[in-house]
Amino acid sequence: MTVILPAQDIANLITAQFPQAVIEFDNQAVVIKSEFLLKVADFLKNNQALSFNYLTDLTAVDYYDYFEVVYHLSSLEQNKILTLKVRCCDRNNLQLPSVTHFWKGADFMEREIFDLLGISFLGHPNLKRILLWEDFSGHPLRKYYLQ
Amino acid sequence: MSLNTEQFILNIGPSHPSTHGVFRMKATMDGEVIVELEPVFGYLHRGIEKLAEQRTYTGIIPLTDRLDYLSAMSNNLAHCIAVEKLAGIQVPERAEYLRVILAELQRIASHLIAAGALLNDCGAFMTPILYMLREREKILDLFEMVSGQRLTYSYIRPGGLAQDVPAEFLPALQKVVTDLPHFFDEYDQLLKENEILLARSKGVGILTREMAINTSASGPVLRASGIKWDIRKADPYSIYDRFQFEVPTGKAGDCYDRYWVRMLEMRQSLRIVEQAIQQMPAAGDIQTKVPALIRPPVGEIYSRTEVPKGELGFYIVSDNSIAPYRYHIRGPSLLNLTALRDMIVGWKIADAILIFGSIDICMGEVDR
Amino acid sequence: MTEFTWLHWLLFTVIILAFVIIMVMVFIYLERRLLARMQARLGPNRTGPFGLLQPVADAVKVLLKEDIIPDEADKLVYWLAPVVAFFPVLLVFAVIPFQNGGLLADLNIGFLFVMAVTSISTIGVFMAGWSSSNKYSLLGAMRNVAALVSYEIPLLLSTVGVIIISGSLSMQQIVAAQDIPFILTQPLGFLLFFIGGCAEINRSPFDLLEADSELVAGHHTEYSGMKFAMFYLVEYAEALALSAIITTVFLSGWRGPLLPPWLWFVLKIVAVFGLMIWTRATFPRVRIDQLMALAWKFLFPLSVINLLITAVEVLLLKDSYSWVLVPINLAIMSILILLWAKLFKLGWGKIEV
Repeated sequence: MTVILPAQDIANLITAQFPQAVIEFDNQAVVIKSEFLLKVADFLKNNQALSFNYLTDLTAVDYYDYFEVVYHLSSLEQNKILTLKVRCCDRNNLQLPSVTHFWKGADFMEREIFDLLGISFLGHPNLKRILLWEDFSGHPLRKYYLQ
Repeated sequence: MSLNTEQFILNIGPSHPSTHGVFRMKATMDGEVIVELEPVFGYLHRGIEKLAEQRTYTGIIPLTDRLDYLSAMSNNLAHCIAVEKLAGIQVPERAEYLRVILAELQRIASHLIAAGALLNDCGAFMTPILYMLREREKILDLFEMVSGQRLTYSYIRPGGLAQDVPAEFLPALQKVVTDLPHFFDEYDQLLKENEILLARSKGVGILTREMAINTSASGPVLRASGIKWDIRKADPYSIYDRFQFEVPTGKAGDCYDRYWVRMLEMRQSLRIVEQAIQQMPAAGDIQTKVPALIRPPVGEIYSRTEVPKGELGFYIVSDNSIAPYRYHIRGPSLLNLTALRDMIVGWKIADAILIFGSIDICMGEVDR
Repeated sequence: MTEFTWLHWLLFTVIILAFVIIMVMVFIYLERRLLARMQARLGPNRTGPFGLLQPVADAVKVLLKEDIIPDEADKLVYWLAPVVAFFPVLLVFAVIPFQNGGLLADLNIGFLFVMAVTSISTIGVFMAGWSSSNKYSLLGAMRNVAALVSYEIPLLLSTVGVIIISGSLSMQQIVAAQDIPFILTQPLGFLLFFIGGCAEINRSPFDLLEADSELVAGHHTEYSGMKFAMFYLVEYAEALALSAIITTVFLSGWRGPLLPPWLWFVLKIVAVFGLMIWTRATFPRVRIDQLMALAWKFLFPLSVINLLITAVEVLLLKDSYSWVLVPINLAIMSILILLWAKLFKLGWGKIEV
C-alpha cells in the first residue's frame, strides 16, 4: 500500500536542509520557492532515506494570479508518493528550471506544459511545442486563452 | 580504407503501416542504421484536457473513452475512481466486482492487440494478430452485451455502472474465461520459441532498470525491465486487494521481455476475473445515488490506476462547480515514449519498428 | 526443318505466356485462400464461385487505377523498371520441360541459364528503387541487391550435387536422371535451395525487399496502376519460376504415375508453392544482417559440405546411386543442420554510433 507522506514531514525535512525553501504546506502538498527547485529536487532524489527516483506526474494549473507547477514524485522501492508545488507569479515571464537532469521522464511533460500553458523550463534539452504545431499562437490551457 | 558515407533523414510516419496511428519518427540514418531519432506527435491532438474543463464529471466519460481507445473500459474506471475519491462517493459491492471483471477483460483485449501488432511489426504476415483478434472479438461481444458498444463504452459511471449486466452476461463470461487459457497455450505454441521471433527480439531495444525508472516508464514496459511495480499491488484501488495474483516481470528489458510480460499478464488477469466471478454477490445495487451534476468539494486529487499500457493518472482540481477547474491526464503511452530515442539509436530500421511496437502505445492517449 | 523450329518456338512462346499468366492468377487465388484458412478467416469468396474470379477482379481494378509518376522520378528508368523485372522471369520457362521433350529450348547449359537469367530481375527492382526517388524504395532495392549477391552462391552450390549425379546441366537430362526424385537423395540440397530460393525471390520470411511494416512497400512504394500490376505479376511469376525449378530439379519434374505428365508438373508446382504459403503464414521476418548471416554462415558452408559428400558418394558408388543413399543422406542432413544450428550465430545487433 502506498504511503502518502504527510506534507508536514516533508516540509520539515526540506526546511532542515534549506531553511528558506518552503513557502507553505497543506495536508497534501508542499509549496516551495522556485529558486530552490533544483536543490530540493536533488535532495529528494538523491537522499538515501527518501530516494524519490520516479517522477509520476508533472503538470501545471493556471490560477489567474499565479501558475502552479505540480510535481508528483514516487519512490518505487519504498512505495511512497509526495506532491511538490512551485509557483510562477509573473504572467509575462513564466520561467522555471528544468528537472530533466534528475528525472528524464520530465522531458515530454515539461514540453507539454510549455506547449499548453506557456511556462519555459530553463535547461530543457529540446524545449519546443509537442502537441500543437510550431507556429501556433497562444497557450490553450491558460484560463484567459478564450478571451 | 574507409568508405565515405552520407547520412540521410528518413521520415517514418505520420502515415506509415506500423506507427500505430499518426506517429512520426524523424530518423537520421546511416544506411540501415539509425543514428539519431526524434519522435514527433500531436497529429491527433483534440484538446481533451481543455474540453474537459467545460464538461460535467459524467460528461467527461466519453472523452476518456477516446484516450486509449483500445482500453476504453479501463479509462472509464480510472476517471470514475478519481471523481469518486474527489467527491467521496461510495460504490456498491456488486458494481466493484463487475468493474474489476470488465477492466481485467479489457486488459486482456488490449494486450492481445499489443502482442499481435508487435508480431505484425516483426513481419509475421497477419497470422498472430488475426488469431489474437479472434479472441478479442469474444471479449468485445461481452462488452457489447453490457454496454451496447464495441469500442467506446462509457459504461462505468461515478458511483457504479450505467446499468446492470443482462442475464446472459455471466454464462457468456464463464464460457470466455474457460476457453481463453486454451488459446493462450496456442499462442505460446506458435510464438514462445519461434526462432525468428527470438532472433529478432532477444536483446533488442534494451531498456535498463535505471533508465526505465528515470524516464517514468510504466506498465509492462517498466515491469519488463525487472521492476515489480503494479499499481494494483502497490497502491490497490477499487477492490484489487481482495484477489490473489502475481506481477510478472522480465529480466533483460528487451523487446521479447516486453512481449512476454504481456502474455503472462493476460493469464494473471484471467485469474483475477475467475476469482471475481466466484466472490461476486449474485444481486444487489450497481449504482449509488449520485446527484445528476456532481459538485465535488474544493480540492485536488491525483488518482492513478493500472491500465493495460501503464499508469493512467488523473490530476483533477475542483472549484466546487459542476466542471473540473483543471483536468490533467497522465497518459502512460506518452511517457513510455520518453525512452524511445535511447532504445532505438544504434539499431536498424527494422528493429526500430519492433522496439516501437513493443512499447505498445495508442496515439489517442499520446496526443490526447 | 527451319519452318518446324519456327512453329515450335511460336507454340511454346504462346504456351509459356498463357501458362505464366494463368498460373499467376491461380497462385494469387491460392495464396489468398490458403493464407486466409491458415489465419482463421475465409478469404475472398464473393467474386464468382468460391471467389475464383477474384484475381480477375483484382487485375481489372489495378488496371483502372490512376497511373501516378512522382515529379522527382527518373521517368525513363521508372517506366522501364517493371519490364526489366518481368521478362527474365518469363525466360526461365524456356528451359523448363512441361513434359518429356516438351520445352522451348533444350539447352545443354539449361540450369546455368536459369541461374543467370533469374538474377536479371534484380536489376529491374533496383531501377525501380532508384528511379522512384523515395528513400523507402531505395532502401528496399539496396536490400534486394545485397540479398541477391549473397544468395546466388549457396543457391548454385546447393544444386551442384544434383548436377554431379545427373551428369548434365540440361533440365531435360536432370529430369531423366530422377528415377528417385532428388529431394530424397539430396535432401540437404533441396532444403538449402528452397531457403536460398525464397530469399532470392523475397518470399517470407525473407521478404525484406517489401517489408511492409518497415519500408511501406519497398521498391514499388511509388508505383500504381499497370506498372504496379507488373511488379505484382513479377512477384508471383518469380514464385512460379522457383516452384517450377524446384519441381524440375528436385521433384522429378513431369514424371509420375497414372496422371498425364503436364498435370503432374502443375500439381508439383502447386505443392511447392503451398509450402511457400505455409512458411509465409507462420514466420516473422528476419533482419537484413540476419539474412546475410544466414547466407554466409549457414547456407554457404552447408552447401559446400553437401557438395563434398555428394562428390564422394558418386565417386564411391559410380552409377549405382540408389535408394540406399536416401536414409544415409537424410541422416547426414539432420546431423549437419543440428550441429550447425549450435555453432552459428545470427547477426550482430546494436551498432554504437
